[in-house]
Amino acid sequence: MRASFVLSEIGIGLRRNLTMTVAVVVTVAISLALFGAGLLIREQVSTMKDYWYDKVEVSVYLCGEGSNSTNCNGTPVTDEQRTLLQNDLQATPLVEKVYYESKQDAYARFKEQFKDSPDLVQNVTPDALPESFRVKLKDPTQFEVVASAFRDRPGVDEVQDQKALLENFFKLLNTLQLFALIIAAVQIFAATLLISNTIRVAAFSRRRETGIMRLVGASNLYIQLPFLLEGVLAGLVGAAFASGAIVALKAILIDRLLKPNFPITAYVGWDAVFAVLPLLFLTGMALSGLASFFTLRRHLRV
Amino acid sequence: MIRLENVSKTYPASARPALDDVSVEIDKGEFVFLVGSSGSGKSTFLRLVLKEETPTGGRVHVAGKDLARLSHWKVPALRRSIGCVFQDFRLLPNKTVFQNVAFALEVIGKPSSHIHKVVPEVLELVGLEGKNNRMPDELSGGEQQRVAVARAFVNRPMILIADEPTGNLDPNTSVGIMKLLDRINRTGTTVVMATHDAAIVDSMRRRVVELSQGRVVRDQVRGVYGFGA
Ligand SMILES: Nc1ncnc2c1ncn2[C@@H]1O[C@H](COP(=O)(O)OP(=O)(O)OP(=O)(O)O)[C@@H](O)[C@H]1O
Ligand SMILES: [Mg+2]
Repeated sequence: MRASFVLSEIGIGLRRNLTMTVAVVVTVAISLALFGAGLLIREQVSTMKDYWYDKVEVSVYLCGEGSNSTNCNGTPVTDEQRTLLQNDLQATPLVEKVYYESKQDAYARFKEQFKDSPDLVQNVTPDALPESFRVKLKDPTQFEVVASAFRDRPGVDEVQDQKALLENFFKLLNTLQLFALIIAAVQIFAATLLISNTIRVAAFSRRRETGIMRLVGASNLYIQLPFLLEGVLAGLVGAAFASGAIVALKAILIDRLLKPNFPITAYVGWDAVFAVLPLLFLTGMALSGLASFFTLRRHLRV
Repeated sequence: MIRLENVSKTYPASARPALDDVSVEIDKGEFVFLVGSSGSGKSTFLRLVLKEETPTGGRVHVAGKDLARLSHWKVPALRRSIGCVFQDFRLLPNKTVFQNVAFALEVIGKPSSHIHKVVPEVLELVGLEGKNNRMPDELSGGEQQRVAVARAFVNRPMILIADEPTGNLDPNTSVGIMKLLDRINRTGTTVVMATHDAAIVDSMRRRVVELSQGRVVRDQVRGVYGFGA
């Protein structure tokens, strides 16, 4: 096989079909970028789960002066109740660690958390904040078991699961991911049709050449390879653009915008990004290669 | 070299068969004219030999091979052993004379050194020396057909198929092409030529197979054109 011949044929084909080629590249780029973004969102969710599930706790708030839940009935928790609760929590097999946060501790944490809004801190006294047990579970998904066991105990105001708050956020991200993947799938479908159409037009516009090639006994491979490579090349260029978009997403949106402004959580790292990029190239190549291959089988017979 | 046994061909779109129970045997080195009125099945005959079409009945043997049993991927090899010339030349308009002939070798993967050796040889054989770098539209019809013959013959095929090669040429130019085909035939190449050109057939005095409505109605060793004779 003469490589120079194949290369010059590809060049001719791509130039002859420039507008179609551009359309293919753009569509492939968009579909793969969305696909990559979808994968990264999933990676982000799992990064955040790892990060947060390690830290989330169940808070068992105890009754204070102002607690008006039916369980407290306006009376603060007694020392016996507190000791009993602590012992029982520690004795629960699901529980890994329990520590006590007094009103003073809570106030200190509050001051730290809202140090940017001194007005708010000024209006709060340690007495206004509830004391609580911070419970770390061996398995964060087992929250309900612990909650139901302690919710109605005397002296308990409320049992709150930090994980529940996170779950809502994760649900949002998952929806986002689903959307990205659905649009990616639709786009990939469109890209396939477009590639197939481009190859068909290319095959038609070069039917004179391919007709002569067939007559003089060129092999199928020789006749089809330039078209196939043309399709794959367009797919790869599309994948390159998509990769650029994904890298920009990580460098600008995550590293420059989100990280400094929302440092409370972990974000996907470059390793995850670099794991996604080869996948984009592979998908782009397989997508355009298969679309070209099946089109050629139908339109460039020996 | 070419043997058709009771071959029939009915195109999917039509009711009447284009070829109807045709049996013809052509030996190595023969020169055969295929004559008959328009639509009698001459081109269909030639397409079957190239395996561009498959017969709906009967068997086609070319160079000892049963084409029905020839697998799909061996068809290119068959076609490399058959050169083709057509009425409309079928040259690539954006390639020079040299490149047009070289194209036939490039696409079957011949090395560049081989191409630069044999293309000038064959161009000289067909009488186009010195016109290597002309574009097809800078050539007369006869010269264009010579390029097509050069391309068909450059790979030294065992068989040369010509479908009305003089159909677009004036009588004098046609004689030139016929002399060329005759010369190629004398190198041992089997030539099968479909034609409407009575003068040529009459002057060459070669074997004539006449088709009418898809049937062989005449097969003469040193025949003349003469319809229905
Ligand atoms: N691709 C095709 N599909 C359907 N019918 C066809 C096809 N090609 C040829 N035919 C029919 O088959 C018959 C024989 O056609 P063929 O081309 O072999 O004739 P021919 O002898 O070469 O005619 P001509 O001298 O005009 O070239 C004709 O009736 C034609 O209409
Ligand atoms: Mg014909």
